[in-house]
Amino acid sequence: MGPKIQIQRVSKSFGAGPALAQVDLDVDERELVCLLGPSGCGKSTLLNIVAGFLPPTTGTVQVDGRAVTGPAPDRGVVFQEYALFPWLTVTGNVEFGPAMRGQPAAARRALVARYLDLVGLRAHAHKFPAQLSGGMKQRVAIARALANNPSIILMDEPFGALDAQTREVLQDELSRIQRVEHKTILFVTHSIREAVYLADRVVVMTSVPGRVKQIFPIKLPEVRDRFAPEFTHYEAEITGVLKEEVAKVRE
Amino acid sequence: MRAAATRGAAVLGALVLWAAIAHGNMLLGVVNPVLLPTPAEVGRVAIDLTRSGELAQHFATSLGRVIQGFGLAALAALGLGLLVGICVPLRFMAEPVIEFIRPIPPLAFLPMFLVWFGLGETSKIVFIGYTTFFPMFVAIAASVLRVDVVLLRAAASLGASRADLVRRVVLPAALPGIVVALRVGFGLALFVIVGAEFMGADAGLGHLIMEGRTFFNPAQIVMGALVLGLLGSVFNTLLLTAERRLLRWRAAA
Amino acid sequence: MAAFVSNVSTLVESGLRGPALTRRRALALRVGAVAGFLALWSLLSGAVVAFKLFNPIFLPGPWLVLGSLGGLAAKGQLWGHVAATLERVAVGFATGAALGVGLGLAAGHLRLVRDLVEPVVEMLRPIPPLAVLPLFIVWVGIGEPSKVGFITYATFFPIFLTTVTGVRQIDPLLLRAARSLGAGGLRLFVRVILPAALPDILTGLRLGVALAFFVIVISEFIGAEQGLGYLINDGRNFFLVPQMLGAAVVLGLLGYAGNSLVRLLERRLTRWQHPA
Repeated sequence: MGPKIQIQRVSKSFGAGPALAQVDLDVDERELVCLLGPSGCGKSTLLNIVAGFLPPTTGTVQVDGRAVTGPAPDRGVVFQEYALFPWLTVTGNVEFGPAMRGQPAAARRALVARYLDLVGLRAHAHKFPAQLSGGMKQRVAIARALANNPSIILMDEPFGALDAQTREVLQDELSRIQRVEHKTILFVTHSIREAVYLADRVVVMTSVPGRVKQIFPIKLPEVRDRFAPEFTHYEAEITGVLKEEVAKVRE
Repeated sequence: MRAAATRGAAVLGALVLWAAIAHGNMLLGVVNPVLLPTPAEVGRVAIDLTRSGELAQHFATSLGRVIQGFGLAALAALGLGLLVGICVPLRFMAEPVIEFIRPIPPLAFLPMFLVWFGLGETSKIVFIGYTTFFPMFVAIAASVLRVDVVLLRAAASLGASRADLVRRVVLPAALPGIVVALRVGFGLALFVIVGAEFMGADAGLGHLIMEGRTFFNPAQIVMGALVLGLLGSVFNTLLLTAERRLLRWRAAA
Repeated sequence: MAAFVSNVSTLVESGLRGPALTRRRALALRVGAVAGFLALWSLLSGAVVAFKLFNPIFLPGPWLVLGSLGGLAAKGQLWGHVAATLERVAVGFATGAALGVGLGLAAGHLRLVRDLVEPVVEMLRPIPPLAVLPLFIVWVGIGEPSKVGFITYATFFPIFLTTVTGVRQIDPLLLRAARSLGAGGLRLFVRVILPAALPDILTGLRLGVALAFFVIVISEFIGAEQGLGYLINDGRNFFLVPQMLGAAVVLGLLGYAGNSLVRLLERRLTRWQHPA
């Protein structure tokens, strides 16, 4: 079986110039791959292309051997801004995909219960997003994406808007969820620590135009200790590589 | 609740001030007392007209015109506003036309409507419809266009088709803006109906007020104005309450 | 139909607005649409004549409207009417603005003034200004003063209310900071409160101008010998529809110009709000 996601010779130019130069990347099934890089290096653009929100200028993205032509339920997305539907309750949000497909109410209820339990928000099922904290909103977003049963989850700096503590809590949660659900995850971040904590492989990207600079396989156990020497070693290695890139953006 | 109480107190205070000025004027004879009616005199006019049933008649006529005109305009504004939002070529065609017509004060077209539709009910209703259509249409189209892309993306990656996106995302997301547009439009209709009933009308609150001028009866003018103020106030409060009820998901806990 | 409604790809790429247009294309589309509107109008009025749908007097084509305006201008009459309307709007608005800003600043800043003025404003606010026009006419007769007085009354309210809001919504932190730097009394007022309230005041002025142009016509329908409103209403007598439409368009242009002027002033005076 080939790789789950194949990004082949993808580039993207907007009016102002190239945002992404040629990118080639394969993501295997059940892998969690982090796209890491400074602001403006095109990592979010790449994710949007994989999601099907933007067409690439050149190249193709293939999922399960079939070309991506637009967004589809096989690729769930979690956004930095949560993107919860404010007029629906937590339940309404989580069951949005299944409800659209016409799944009967009883099945939906079971689904919602399962995923709200998974993210620990069962007690808030009838609240509106306006009544939730940032961390809770993001957990609802994750539950909503999972409830639709995609094989791939794309996450665009999902914890970027949260404070440091909540961030780490949610990283732990995501790690735990992944051990249960085993999705293929493409995760965009600019936090080295986050990348090393979550990823099977870290893809460091250059700044404008975006390109893959180096790929770091992370050989750490499933449950990771942020203070273990091996962890810190990876952090240092990747920081070194990134520093060169950040310096370039500053110029 | 407190806000309503302070407003009530303010209005009461104004009434007292008014009575003081009017009665004081009667005593001191500063101006012709007819020109400065006391609250009591205005009240008397109101009672007389209520007894004869005229007030209710004129009130109903004005309200009827407002509701019919507004209703037509609201339907058109909703339909077209939504359409323009989701159909890009239509929008590019409509926008400049709107920009052309918008700056012209609707009241400037009132005589035109009287020429086109005569002096009866139709001209008033169509005029109210015309006046309220454009601001509502523009506001509704704007709130449709403002729908956050991120919400569309979220729904699409959950499997939404084009129809799903319109029905399940665009409409509910634009609803708050639509509701505000309708409320403002209704207020505008109430604002303008008076003017429309000054000319070429023999019924309605505006006509009643104009009569006050024709027969040199300022008390009737003041009464008509106050009734209109009350009407506007009541409807505004009602619509605001309905708005809050409908959009309760907006309030943070 | 289906092809015209944006498809999913466009919607998720750039939302409902669609992809941004280059300035040239946007301008071209605008011009094209206005031209299209005029063309459609001409077509409709032409059709009315050609197919004898109804009396063509009711839908004169744009050239007739222009012709009517041109005729009035040639006879030197148009300017008199324009001037009359502008004068009433200008004087009325200026008075209303002076009162509104003056009283608004006082009411916003001083509790006493606010307690005195607020009750009256609260009572009068829900009443459509148009309803009060006949009262002005009864009080001061049908001439200029009643028209100007009416415009003053109408424009007073939005300007007063936004000024009061502008003064009262000033961040108390700013006031505290200024006081700790030694500003007090009049200095505080002129140096801090006034500039901070300026955006709201200007918004109120813009609303006032729009309102002035909105209501001037009605006062010129009743008892006027000059003015654009007079032209419009007078046209009724002899079915001079081109004149009615023409005067309305001119009024629209004037209102647009007035609005643009205030917006320009806004941008100038509150440059600190949008450094671009």
